[in-house]
Amino acid sequence: MSNSINVYQQRPAAAHAESPLFHAELDQLVGKGPAKAGVTLREKKLLGHLTLRGDAKDSAFAGAVHQALGLELPSALMLVAAGETSLQWLGPDEWLLVVPSGTEFAVEQKLRAALDGQHISIVNVSGGQTLLELSGPKVRDVLMKSSSYDVHPSNFPVGKAVGTVFAKSQLVIRHTGEDTWELVVRRSFADYVWLWLQDASAEFGLAIKA
Amino acid sequence: MSQVNRLATGGRIDRSQPLNFSFNGQSYQGFVGDTLAAALLANGVDIVGRSFKYSRPRGIVAAGSEEPNAVLQIGSTEAAQIPNVRATQQALYAGLVASSTNGWPSVNTDLMGILGKVGGKVMPPGFYYKTFMYPQNLWLTYEKYIRKAAGLGRAPKAADPDSYDYMNQHCDVLIVGGGAAGLAAALVAGRSGARVILADEQEEFGGSLLSTRETLDGKPASEWVTKVLAELASMPEVTLLPRATVHGYHDHNFLTIHQRLTDHLGEIAPMGMLRQRMHRVRAKCVVLATGAHERPLVYANNDVPGNMLADAVSTYVRRYGVAPGKQLVLSTNNDYAYRVVLDWLDAGLQVVAVADARSNPRGSWVEEARKRGVRILTGSAVVEAAGSKRVTAARICAIDVQNHKVTSPGEVLDCDLIVSSGGYSPVVHLASHLGGKPTWREDILAFVPGDGLQKRFCAGAVNGVFGLADALANGVEAGVSAAVEAGYKAVSASVPQVVVHLEEPTQALFQVPHDKPTARAPKQFVDLQNDVTAAGIELATREGFESVEHVKRYTALGFGTDQGKLGNINGLAIAARSLGISIAQMGTTMFRPNYTPVTFGAVAGRHCGELFEAKRYTAMQSWHLQNGAEFEDVGQWKRPWYFPKAGEDLHGAVARECLAVRNAVGILDASTLGKIDIQGPDAREFLNRVYSNAWTKLDVGKARYGLMCKEDGMVFDDGVTACLADNHFLMTTTTGGAARVMEWLEIYHQTEWPELKVYFTSVTDHWATMTLSGPNSRKLLAEVTDIDLDKDAFPFMTWKEGQVGGVPARVFRISFTGELSYEVNVQADYALGVWEKIIEAGKKHGLTPYGTETMHVLRAEKGFIIVGQDTDGSVTPDDLNMGWCVGRTKPFSWIGWRGMNREDCTREERKQLVGLKPIDPSKVLPEGAQLVRDPKQPIPMDMVGHVTSSYASAALKHSIAMALVKGGLKRIGERVFAPLVDGSVIEAEIVSSVFYDPKGDRQNV
Amino acid sequence: MLHIFCPHCGELRSEEEFHAKGQAHIPRPLDPAACTDAEWGDYLFFRDNPRGIHHELWVHAAGCRQYFNATRHTVTYEILETYKIGEKPSVTAAGGAAKQAIDQGVTA
Repeated sequence: MSNSINVYQQRPAAAHAESPLFHAELDQLVGKGPAKAGVTLREKKLLGHLTLRGDAKDSAFAGAVHQALGLELPSALMLVAAGETSLQWLGPDEWLLVVPSGTEFAVEQKLRAALDGQHISIVNVSGGQTLLELSGPKVRDVLMKSSSYDVHPSNFPVGKAVGTVFAKSQLVIRHTGEDTWELVVRRSFADYVWLWLQDASAEFGLAIKA
Repeated sequence: MSQVNRLATGGRIDRSQPLNFSFNGQSYQGFVGDTLAAALLANGVDIVGRSFKYSRPRGIVAAGSEEPNAVLQIGSTEAAQIPNVRATQQALYAGLVASSTNGWPSVNTDLMGILGKVGGKVMPPGFYYKTFMYPQNLWLTYEKYIRKAAGLGRAPKAADPDSYDYMNQHCDVLIVGGGAAGLAAALVAGRSGARVILADEQEEFGGSLLSTRETLDGKPASEWVTKVLAELASMPEVTLLPRATVHGYHDHNFLTIHQRLTDHLGEIAPMGMLRQRMHRVRAKCVVLATGAHERPLVYANNDVPGNMLADAVSTYVRRYGVAPGKQLVLSTNNDYAYRVVLDWLDAGLQVVAVADARSNPRGSWVEEARKRGVRILTGSAVVEAAGSKRVTAARICAIDVQNHKVTSPGEVLDCDLIVSSGGYSPVVHLASHLGGKPTWREDILAFVPGDGLQKRFCAGAVNGVFGLADALANGVEAGVSAAVEAGYKAVSASVPQVVVHLEEPTQALFQVPHDKPTARAPKQFVDLQNDVTAAGIELATREGFESVEHVKRYTALGFGTDQGKLGNINGLAIAARSLGISIAQMGTTMFRPNYTPVTFGAVAGRHCGELFEAKRYTAMQSWHLQNGAEFEDVGQWKRPWYFPKAGEDLHGAVARECLAVRNAVGILDASTLGKIDIQGPDAREFLNRVYSNAWTKLDVGKARYGLMCKEDGMVFDDGVTACLADNHFLMTTTTGGAARVMEWLEIYHQTEWPELKVYFTSVTDHWATMTLSGPNSRKLLAEVTDIDLDKDAFPFMTWKEGQVGGVPARVFRISFTGELSYEVNVQADYALGVWEKIIEAGKKHGLTPYGTETMHVLRAEKGFIIVGQDTDGSVTPDDLNMGWCVGRTKPFSWIGWRGMNREDCTREERKQLVGLKPIDPSKVLPEGAQLVRDPKQPIPMDMVGHVTSSYASAALKHSIAMALVKGGLKRIGERVFAPLVDGSVIEAEIVSSVFYDPKGDRQNV
Repeated sequence: MLHIFCPHCGELRSEEEFHAKGQAHIPRPLDPAACTDAEWGDYLFFRDNPRGIHHELWVHAAGCRQYFNATRHTVTYEILETYKIGEKPSVTAAGGAAKQAIDQGVTA
């Protein structure tokens, strides 16, 4: 690997971590919601998030990504996943790679090795965003209150992911299972989105999952 | 008074559920299923308000959204006040409190009538137009008087206890209106599998089918409605929205619907329920089935309570079991109106006479009325109503429609209710919101929707299809077309059987002639809500207003919440006749959103209170809160402004914080600075092009300050960028400029220089940044890091990697205070722990947390600029005396270079950034204060500049300021004056903007 | 609210996801130093304001962050086409395609 890029392990081996929603003390709220919640929220916190840039039209790029990750480079608005690793299209030359917590440094090195010589960019953004998983029969209603994007399954099937406006912020909505969705939320907006979600799901009942 | 006008049987009301309510302080009773209007009529309430201009008593005229008079104020408490509620659209609920919005002090006395007469003189037609041509202060005089008198209602003064929200909807077919055509369209569109939304403004779906005497398949039409609704409700892709008014038709088939979810249940929504919801709908195709409003005839004194629309009376009788009178006279020009006669007879009431403008009407309903003994005066019309607070008689005369003349003295018939019908006006409002001009159809005497670019179909009465059978068929056709348009297969549907009636054409009659000329006849009202008379419209045309839009503005016809629902066509017809042109030539005015008023609550939705806007926080926010920070808004961010100790105000806290940094060490949360990771072999070249200074020689491990300019040469952002590796840079931007700079880099990369191999990624949220600043910062940092902080190993404007507080960090030795400083960057997930460790270790070094205010003072003492405070988009680097930051020999013509070499950017007397030292060291110049050389000169003074930043400096023990002054750099040592609003003047000396440690020794230690 | 087809995402999105960036096809002069003040002023400040067909630069700010061009009718607000940076518009005020597209009520 060339030393033209500064890559280093940014996550400490042992230190207390606070996810973007740590102050909400979600752990304390588990089991305290209504028995039949229309919406269940879980913060999939402290995962490794890497932004990958490269030339989608170059087969060498897609090939090397596949070689390093075992995932096909997704095309527009698509999300592919294997186990706890997912790769999502963000733009024509930009993808979001989410990996298990603490593996992001190794994954980045592996990717860089596979992509050596190509014009690419990989940036660790793990501290800057979090995943909020929403599940339940009323999630679609909550999303309809929040975003002007059409979340009907005919337009937004499982495996699709879109960047859009959400209330008065922006985020990525990912459809990961029939009644399961994920929001990719920037750290500084996490509290706003959390307040918004509590309010928007109040009429359906909100539960918290650890 | 019990319900004197309530019929013994009939109506869709639940007589087992009485509801008490009050109107203008009087208690009444109605039933579940009533509208407020129906209940008022049932109780014999004739007068619901006073008119806007003439203060004449007014009663209920209509049964739907076209009601012009019964526009009431609702609410028993201050917080529950709602203005502009149409009684015809408000469901009755227990405890409803309503009052007239106009008619102070009481609608039943004539006190305002005197004023009204005065008002008639004071406010002739053209009042608005003429008033605005006079000096503004005249309007102020009028305004008080008008506001008091006008039916504008009032906003609540207390907070609304209810919640409102938005729902973003997407559908294949949106059907507006749930009457015969709309239901038929929904049924076929739904059956095709399309995603359908059916919205209707009334309490129940069905429209006229709920009150018509016509049958479907031989059964009451309401039974078909029930059947269709059941089928629609069973379709998973069909959404039914009752009590939902489609009030705006916007670009690209985006429509807004105002749904009243619980307005029918009480004045405050039940626990856990929303009051109203705004649906924001994007539809592939729209079916407008908005129906038609019956048009009244214009005759003398047609505004006296007891003058109503024919259809409305049918609705009150059949749907609500209310007869708003005993003896009815009908004045009509068409067949449909005869239905009210039959309904009235069915209710066991007396029909005094029918005046039909046509010479020999022979339609089915006409004949049926004749057969039942109704006296029909043909070629006639009601020319004048008698009565003041209630109709007492009608004068019917023979008329010559062609020559607009009364041809007989006529006869006066006693009655208490005059209903009129001048035909139907399709509800074309939504169809014309986007500019589609309605077209006049002489055959049906109505404007129908014009062509529109949006994908939409019209069905039923709005399309000029008035007969029930035709409307149903038209609805099916539109529903199928819309579904096909949206990509679904056509589904056939049978139309229920309707008894066919012989219907004869309508006679064109709008204003009924009077014995006297219009100007001298008793008032003939065209627009009841805005008090526009036929005479007023004639006056407008006489004064030369010939365009329909001018006539509208001159007279106020169709203004405001009314939007011309009842009066528009009659007004146009009168104007056309006065001008001697046809209605088609006259054309119609356009209609604007909103079709009916929308509450502010529904407009705001959930975007209020805590959720008014997105607030952004750093990873250290919980610590800031626990330690008493006051916050400042910087863009969307909440930044600690200062950290007051007990008893301290802003100035005390800032002075303490400043001295702590100058004398010991302070810590600042700088996480909000924009951070952009830049990778690629052309990263350095890109920096050369977007920054004003040179980047070619910046070594790995070093950092440099840079200015960014727009193409015009004006500064628009600044920050420090570090070289992390040969092809890797970390750029920082101002807090407020982060998103703007990112878009700036991308626009040049994507549109101008795509050949440059570089990628930009925002890492603002990923890194948390804490700045240690002050002479003790090295000692303090050494306690928590493994990085060699020796001044030679880690000099100024370089960065190092290492552990800080047990967490991997990048530490930048850069300074915005002029003191020895380190900016520690760690992954935000670990920042709070690192911050707390530094705070703990800092205790013995006098570590003081400081906020943005102290940061501002410290940087001003050093003369460091803040973009957006000391610059305003008209300031070049040279103006800032920052020519050292301009790469004058860079080979590529970087952004801003050409612009700043324009003649105007190089002239001598440009405003330049200098320091100001007030002569009185205790006086702090107000930021924004204008500067002059001679404070005694006459006003307007010759202004030579303005103050951009100004503070009391604790370290310097005197006040300081930065200012942009014409030719300021040549005027160091001269005096300027700031004359203030209170008459005082602050005198200051122009000095260098670097007040503190001009050689920069302190940051280089 | 406009409905805009993002040529990179390949679907229609609401206007609130986009930012308008002014007139399209105004390239930065390759040698700014060679421009007279008048030429540079033209580049910097002067824009068309047609009644009818207008080519505009937009960015899909909340979506894929890509800039693209749109041909919009300034009277009807119809968006007649969107196309990627570097591509040429197929609907132009000069071409017949414009009138045809408007007559057909093409909505992007």
